[in-house]
Amino acid sequence: MTILYMLIPLGLVLLGVAVWAFMWAVRSGQFDDLEGPAHRILMDDDDPRIPGNKPKDKSALPGEKE
Amino acid sequence: MTDASTCFHCGLPVPKGSRYAVEIDGESREMCCPGCQAVAQAIVDNGLTDYYRYRTEQSPMARQLVPEALKNLELYDRDDIQKSFVSGRGDIREASLILEGIVCAACIWLSEHHIMQLPGVLSFSVNYATHRAQVKWDQSQISLSQILKAISDIGYLAHPLDANRQEAVYKREKSAALRRLAIAGVGAMQVMMIAVALYASAAHGMDANLKLFLRWVSLFIATPVIVYAAKPFFIGLWRDLKLRRLGMDVPVALAIGAAFSASAWATITRHGEIYFDSVTMFTFFLLAGRFLEMSARHRAGQAAEELVKLIPAMATRVNADNQQEVIPVSELQPDDIVLIKPGESVPADGISLGGISSVDESLLTGESIPITKLEGDQLIGGSVNIESSLHMRVQHVGQDTVLASIQRLLDRAQSEKPRLAELADRVAGYFVAVLLVFAVAVGVYWWQVQPHEAFWIVISVLVVTCPCALSLATPVALTAATGRLTRDGILTTRGHALETLARVTDVVFDKTGTLTRGKLMLEQVQLLAETDETTCLQVAMALERHSEHPLAKAILAYNTELEALRAEQVQATPGQGLRGIVAGETYFIGNPDFIAQSLNLSLEQSHDQTTVMLANSQQVLAVFSFSDQLRSGVVEAIAGLKQKGCRVHLFSGDRQAVVRRTAQEIGIDHAVGEMTPADKLAQLHALQEGGAVVAMVGDGVNDAPVLAGAQVSLAMGSGTQIAQASADMVLLSEDLGQLVDAIQAARMTRRIIRENLTWAVVYNLIALPLAAAGWVAPWMAAIGMSVSSLAVVINALRLTRRHHQPAKTNSLLPALKTG
Repeated sequence: MTILYMLIPLGLVLLGVAVWAFMWAVRSGQFDDLEGPAHRILMDDDDPRIPGNKPKDKSALPGEKE
Repeated sequence: MTDASTCFHCGLPVPKGSRYAVEIDGESREMCCPGCQAVAQAIVDNGLTDYYRYRTEQSPMARQLVPEALKNLELYDRDDIQKSFVSGRGDIREASLILEGIVCAACIWLSEHHIMQLPGVLSFSVNYATHRAQVKWDQSQISLSQILKAISDIGYLAHPLDANRQEAVYKREKSAALRRLAIAGVGAMQVMMIAVALYASAAHGMDANLKLFLRWVSLFIATPVIVYAAKPFFIGLWRDLKLRRLGMDVPVALAIGAAFSASAWATITRHGEIYFDSVTMFTFFLLAGRFLEMSARHRAGQAAEELVKLIPAMATRVNADNQQEVIPVSELQPDDIVLIKPGESVPADGISLGGISSVDESLLTGESIPITKLEGDQLIGGSVNIESSLHMRVQHVGQDTVLASIQRLLDRAQSEKPRLAELADRVAGYFVAVLLVFAVAVGVYWWQVQPHEAFWIVISVLVVTCPCALSLATPVALTAATGRLTRDGILTTRGHALETLARVTDVVFDKTGTLTRGKLMLEQVQLLAETDETTCLQVAMALERHSEHPLAKAILAYNTELEALRAEQVQATPGQGLRGIVAGETYFIGNPDFIAQSLNLSLEQSHDQTTVMLANSQQVLAVFSFSDQLRSGVVEAIAGLKQKGCRVHLFSGDRQAVVRRTAQEIGIDHAVGEMTPADKLAQLHALQEGGAVVAMVGDGVNDAPVLAGAQVSLAMGSGTQIAQASADMVLLSEDLGQLVDAIQAARMTRRIIRENLTWAVVYNLIALPLAAAGWVAPWMAAIGMSVSSLAVVINALRLTRRHHQPAKTNSLLPALKTG
């Protein structure tokens, strides 16, 4: 069981990393808006009609007439 | 899904024979007005149709900006005006905006896409929770007014926001609370893991060195949790001690402090039991409750800041030599003369000097019909001038205005701690006092019997009776219930609201804006002469096209298919009526007084409805009656309340007959009309003296005193800010059916709190004598304490379950809705 004397401190180091990552997330504003991003993922950003969104590969879009 | 007769964009009824429609996803959709049509068209043209697929709420009705208002936007480009809200000099600039009209997450996607595609916009991000946007742009490519105009194209209104301190304070508070929560959560989990090993060692045995090592690791992890995360409790303890009172923080801080010190002592001296697991878990649960409470408080606080947008950024000052000059409002001085054009907001409080116009004070008073202002009348900053230009002498500016005082009132209302919560604190204080005396007595007794066991028995007593379960019982249940209600669109801003709502016996409603939408629609055309309805309507519409009055708009909206006639030589008497020539004949249209004056007639006034009359030069031709539409679901909500055993009342300032009719329609037995706010308050007190616990539902400033007087009060989400500030809860969804759910949830919360308290008291009554007798080993005390707290938390979590389906929306993909 002596391996525990090494594994537990190692666990503590990982703990420190996790806490640091969380602090960084708070600082960089990732917790400012908890609802918006959950919905944003559902929206279709690739619609070719959105100006600035050129269909990159026309062959990939059969039926596209432009 | 979408009803054929409602506007696809905003969901309001489409007037008969509307000719506004937009093709969306290959299907023609009806629109209610040119504003909605323009917005929907802009959305479709930009390829942002997905918005309609993903939105979960109806969009607000689109307002078209008149060219005048568009020109005003350009003033935001001036450097002296930008000074107050724009940061960054040179070409790259940044500003905060308040967005009006954000109703669901799809709105954010829509606005971000629409704005980001503009050349020169470097970044644009919207915060869904606060409805604030941050925009960064390159001044050499695009101006701020162009960005604001682009936002208005898709149906939202943006107001520059003073980057003020309040927002920054909220942000700091929130991030500090999140960090504490994270430290406590992660720490509690790690300590718990080690504790499991230590508990197992009691049964199976463990190498003494390893055991000691694990105890030191626990101490190492628990220390930051106590020192950093639990700091607010110790600060609270210190504050309470200084004020010589016993609050809720006292037992909590004492329990955390005592259990942690004892455990640390046990670790260092290698003798005794450790309670790091219980302490950290307890800290985490309490912090989680406080975090949710803080979020609700912040959301309510943001309402106050939105008042700022009512005051325009600039005003037109008329100088001594009659020159007009546009200046920032902050430079206005008392006694300045300002010109307020139709459609503009009044920039400060003052007195009207000339010109007759109607002013919309609905944002301040909730009154939907504009008020006629004559020379010498008081104008309130923030109200909107509707009909014709007004000159005003400024009386009060800045902090002295009515609006500023409302804002201060709001701040105070939010910082006040409800009386009931204070009472609960005092009870807990006595409990702690008794407990401490008891612990000392036990200690003194054991000191004489078995001195070397005395310390550990006292610790057992303190830990086992630690008021954790007791102090968690109420807040954890309230937190769970508040969280669920917030998801359903009911914001709880005062701690006592739920407790009181559970005891409600009487519910009092205000009429306009609460039971009704507060928006007049033409209901009936009554003919008084040999003529037909179509002709009357056509004449009326020709005349009303020249008016900005809401009643005029209601007439125009009644039937948009009718062939338009042209009116000539139209003369308006603001707030009264119009006269003009249509097809060679002179007509008058206006309120009964105006018609009576113009025709030299004496007319019988109809008192039970808002009416407008149409007359030619000889006789009255037709009477148009208007009525306010009931909100959907009102009848069901009233029936639901009655079923719950509540008496329902209707107090209104409206005319008696209108109130009676409305009350009959929706099944309210007790309705009183023509009441002043003082009358309402008197009636309310009469009810309360009869032993009733009254919930008041209202929306206007005139309701504010009544809202404050009722035991518990609810304001409509669309109501005035002052009403929301004096209310304990806000119905964001504006669905009155939610009121019934809220009462149901409140009653269930009360039951759960009682169960929790009973459990905590029973546990303490059993454990205390055992611990005092020295029969409870400290580790048993620790487990007992954790289990009793956990039982309370798990019981409270039952409240988060939903019992009903969320309100219907017009989303095309209802399955994607997250509520």
